[in-house]
Amino acid sequence: MSGIISQNVGRTSGLVKAAAAGGGAWTLIETITASSDSTIEFDSGIDSTYPIYLFKIINLHVSSNNTKPQVNFRDGSTAYDATKTTTHYSCSHNEADNQTWLQYETGGDLAESTGDQAFFYQNVSNVDDAASSGELFLFSPSSTTFVKHFIGRLAVVANPVASGQGYIGGYCNTTAAIDGVQFKMNSGNIDAGTFKMYGLGDS
Amino acid sequence: MSGIIAQNVGRHGGLIKAPEAGGGAWTLIKTLTASADSDLSFVDGTDDVVLDSTYKEYVFKFINIHPSVDEAHLTFQASTDGGSNYDTTLTSSYVLSYHAENDSETSLAYQAGHDQAQTTNFQNILHGTGTGNDEAGSGILHLFDPGNTTFVKSFIHRASTLNTADYNYQNFAAGYFNTTSAVDAIQFKMSSGNIDAGTISLYGIT
Repeated sequence: MSGIISQNVGRTSGLVKAAAAGGGAWTLIETITASSDSTIEFDSGIDSTYPIYLFKIINLHVSSNNTKPQVNFRDGSTAYDATKTTTHYSCSHNEADNQTWLQYETGGDLAESTGDQAFFYQNVSNVDDAASSGELFLFSPSSTTFVKHFIGRLAVVANPVASGQGYIGGYCNTTAAIDGVQFKMNSGNIDAGTFKMYGLGDS
Repeated sequence: MSGIIAQNVGRHGGLIKAPEAGGGAWTLIKTLTASADSDLSFVDGTDDVVLDSTYKEYVFKFINIHPSVDEAHLTFQASTDGGSNYDTTLTSSYVLSYHAENDSETSLAYQAGHDQAQTTNFQNILHGTGTGNDEAGSGILHLFDPGNTTFVKSFIHRASTLNTADYNYQNFAAGYFNTTSAVDAIQFKMSSGNIDAGTISLYGIT
């Protein structure tokens, strides 16, 4: 960093010097706040600008009990239906302290499917103070040579009430660019929550 | 984004408009360096620590944590009363994988002895680090929206360490402090003995 404005950190107004080559910093691209929404969609700003995109999910609260947070990807059309092959595993521990598990979710993975990918296949709770938080990385979405990998994890309040962790990873099996990401429940709405999309430069 | 320079994306030179609210920045709030300390605490409003609704996400990076007692775990708990008490009810899940340096053993399993079910105990986040001179562990802990007064306070974590028997332990935990009160302080300590060395840094994410 050099030049007439040498100190960017913490500056939230006015002009700052552009980061050299744009590398090393997460850039907040968009924040969406849910309010009884059937879907949360990032339908712009996903392009070749950044090689890595990061989505943060903070305090996702659902309208319907016993439902699954899900994600899907758009690959050129208006539909969020990119073909995906994925793996999904989860673990959980209930508040009553009489059940734990760590398991591969054979019902929650996808094999060349256009369906939605569950973040936590064993379902979340909609009790008033229940919320889920986590993150999803999407790599090189604009590549027209390779498949598009993603990895994510979500900490949930499961139903019946438990601490749960959902881990997903996989790829959109297309050489078309991914230009949109959608979050939704398999049933009901996203009552509340903050969704953020960041880009990370590398060149 | 608005103003005289409305388009920042992809601009790698010249002047640009500062992102709203400093979006995308990891703001280093405080770094604590251990030196045979019984605990390291981050208390909102104390010693320049911010741990409130300023940020929706806070990240703790614990680096080269070296215990005084062999196989002790680094643990953490939350306070809702400004650090007077670290005893917030929590429920968590905990998974451990390991691999011996001599390639003799591997494992991936849920660890029922290291999770919590509505307890006020400290949560393990670094698994059984050794006290050998080169033995230490590091990891990352995310705490979401601690200033929220509607929902529980979720956390997720992942760490790697070297134990005394020359095993690599990788553990990942997640859970929630089951309170709708704001969390305003976090304390780290070993399950036994002191934190001989290491640093813990707190970042706010916008």
